[in-house]
Amino acid sequence: MSMKVNTRQVDGITVLDLSGRITLGEGSVTLRDAIRDLINKGQKSILLNLGDVSYLDSSGLGELVTAYTSVKNAGGELKLLNLTKKVQDLLQITKLYTVFDVKDDEASAISSFTK
Amino acid sequence: MQWFLDIGRDAKHTANTNRNTPKWRRLADSITSRIEMTLDSTLESVSRVEQEAEHFAERAGFDPDEVPHIAMAVRECAINAVMHGNAYSETKKFHVSFAMEEDVMKIVVSDSGQGVDLESLPNPLAPENILRGSGRGIFLVKAFMDDVHFRKLDPGTEVTLTKRRTSEHAAH
Repeated sequence: MSMKVNTRQVDGITVLDLSGRITLGEGSVTLRDAIRDLINKGQKSILLNLGDVSYLDSSGLGELVTAYTSVKNAGGELKLLNLTKKVQDLLQITKLYTVFDVKDDEASAISSFTK
Repeated sequence: MQWFLDIGRDAKHTANTNRNTPKWRRLADSITSRIEMTLDSTLESVSRVEQEAEHFAERAGFDPDEVPHIAMAVRECAINAVMHGNAYSETKKFHVSFAMEEDVMKIVVSDSGQGVDLESLPNPLAPENILRGSGRGIFLVKAFMDDVHFRKLDPGTEVTLTKRRTSEHAAH
């Protein structure tokens, strides 16, 4: 199942609802392009909703990290929402849980962004 | 579970397939189960190998929590073979074998490319590497498998993964 992205705005924050697999190839490229487009439009407060992301490989993890650093370097913030246990375990194993701001509730995630 | 020696059908199947259909045969005896695959260096082949790893681990009776880890480890090795080893070459194949010997699964992935020194990769957990956009594949393989062994071929690289089955889940 290739990755799909749904974009919406909530209180000035861009929420990307991702679904499917973020893996080497189509999935990772889709995420990369989506983040780049948002940065280019000046939308730099980004919440990635991973509730429907069924699988990440190491390339998918790499794209999450690249997304984080790209947004941060552009002066913005990127946070993660609704991690499945599988994705959570991957972030724990790779110590990326210490890098990302991970939320499990959208409302509190939205309000946590710097206004 | 039915096992069969099917070289004849596979040979005919291979002759009529496009370049992306893997050639594989399944051999069995009462103790050892084995699958061998020879595949084109494509991402489609990587997905095919990942699925085969998942099915093999399930049939072999591994714990349901371990099966996706085994499949991911195989996927990462296949990606290395396709991308870093064979560089997506249309003329180079990569090989994967799955074998179950008593309670131990042994998986071998080999390519015929330039050769990559997979044993001296930067530690992705080190502070200076934690924000890198790549370099976590072999780390995950080592995290999920009991043993990982690299061997340089001439040409190419061979990676051998082993995992001991510890669950009581019955093979079917």
